Amino acid sequence: MSNIITSTDINAALGNNAGNEVPIVNIRNLNVRSKSAHILKDINLIIPKNKITVLLGPSGCGKTTLLKCMNRLTDLYSELKLDGSIEIDGEDILSGKYDITQIRQKMGLVMQRPFPLPMSIYDNIAYGLKLKGVTNKAIIKEKVEKHLKEVALWDEVKDRLKTSAQRLSIGQQQRLCLARGLAVEPEIILADEPTSALDPISSRVIEEEFSNLKDDYTIILVTHILRQAKRLADFVVFMYYGEIVEYGPANEIFENPKTDILKEYLQVGH
Amino acid sequence: MTLRRKWEETFFRVLSAAVALIVVLVLAHIIYTIISKGFSALSWEILSQEPKGGFYMGGGGGILNAIAGSFYLAIGASLLAFVVSLPVALFINIYLIRYSRLLIGIRFFLDVLWGIPSIVYGAFAFTIMIYFGLRNSLGAGIVTVGALIAPIMIRAMDEVLKTIPIGLQEASYALGSTKTETAYKIFFKRALPGFATAVLLAFGRGIGDAASVLFTAGYTDHVPRNLSDPTATLPLSIYFQLGSPIEAVQQRAYAAAIILTIIVLVISITARVLNKGKNKKKFKTFIASKRKKAKA
Repeated sequence: MSNIITSTDINAALGNNAGNEVPIVNIRNLNVRSKSAHILKDINLIIPKNKITVLLGPSGCGKTTLLKCMNRLTDLYSELKLDGSIEIDGEDILSGKYDITQIRQKMGLVMQRPFPLPMSIYDNIAYGLKLKGVTNKAIIKEKVEKHLKEVALWDEVKDRLKTSAQRLSIGQQQRLCLARGLAVEPEIILADEPTSALDPISSRVIEEEFSNLKDDYTIILVTHILRQAKRLADFVVFMYYGEIVEYGPANEIFENPKTDILKEYLQVGH
Repeated sequence: MTLRRKWEETFFRVLSAAVALIVVLVLAHIIYTIISKGFSALSWEILSQEPKGGFYMGGGGGILNAIAGSFYLAIGASLLAFVVSLPVALFINIYLIRYSRLLIGIRFFLDVLWGIPSIVYGAFAFTIMIYFGLRNSLGAGIVTVGALIAPIMIRAMDEVLKTIPIGLQEASYALGSTKTETAYKIFFKRALPGFATAVLLAFGRGIGDAASVLFTAGYTDHVPRNLSDPTATLPLSIYFQLGSPIEAVQQRAYAAAIILTIIVLVISITARVLNKGKNKKKFKTFIASKRKKAKA
């Protein structure tokens, strides 16, 4: 089932915009194995720049693992063995030649549950900036404000920036984590079911942020929620048991699914 | 419920309550014994003065030498152990997190070190001191007790670090932190209240231990002035005075036991309070609300 997708396929799939799509992530023959399982099988995937690409599929199909491969958080788990290549801006991040901390700063990560750093709201945003070598306090202050406004959190927290981030509500924490990721000025936002722990209103706020952000960022979003995928996706990758089953522009995937398994998934999801 | 299950339930409830009661009674009896035998000897003099001549014969003066010596020793040993334990605890939780088997091995060895009797640490340190021609001293005592309490401190810190969710570690790396930055800027801050508990736990163990200082710290009537002076300690002051046939001296041993017990008790309670840092906040808001009500 492993279909190799090239940039020409993307352009073909896009029709009118052919030639304008710039690939930012290029995954070739990626395999991830643990001792007991073959988690990702021959993944070939190109992710276009400044679009929202949604990874869709049932639980345990490897969506999160694929996401974690892209910033090599898989390094944390000794049982995972990776082979193949993942090129980001033309650099193969699996080759070990590049400084992984710099590669990770090209990407902001939003996880299923927010994990604010054990420090103040202000320092949560400032932390990444300081890692990037920004020392000018005025610049840091300005960026903290800018990114908190970007996620619509500024008005709620501007009077208590120095208080612990742990005291925010979970929806606010998730927006803080998004702002924290944006502060390092990444090119890509990796979002792993970012609304799964949130109430409907906070979920909607995060979703709206994503649609606003896609002009400036490439967003790769893992979700179970079909409606969310329909609202946000430009491209959809449908995965099943560690393989990419279908890939294409969102409207084509949702309106004209080719495989039985995707048809079933879309039907059950309604 | 059948009759059998009812009996079973009653039997185990009574058994648990009885065992709990026995533990409390034993503790109460120990405290009663040391207080009843030592309280009469407890005075400002015993807390504030070095022993005068004829100490073992019931002469005047106090046990300031042992109180000060014990504090110097336990504080020094805790500092030394902290300097060793902090990097070790962070290292195994950040760098070795991928190597689960190695981690199990290291934790096992630390637990074994924890379980080794303190007299073995004392004897081991003593052979090293002989080899280098060193004499009993505060410094040697600090090193020995430091070695004794380091495994306790490391494992206590380790247990705190283990509770930090992997998600926080991922979040830190995702922002571009190195492992060292994750260890000292994120994990350290997050674990700080727990670390304070770990240090106090080890401090309490260190200040109460007699066997490890028996060969290494020596005993003297004076408060030590520097690291190469020998030093008295509370556990040894109890040990030596209790061996005396004179009743007045034995009473002083119990007085020393009261002082040591109070120190350990205060440390344990502080450690518990720190460990419940979150509850502390609740407590503060509780107090604040009470005050508001009182004002109204």
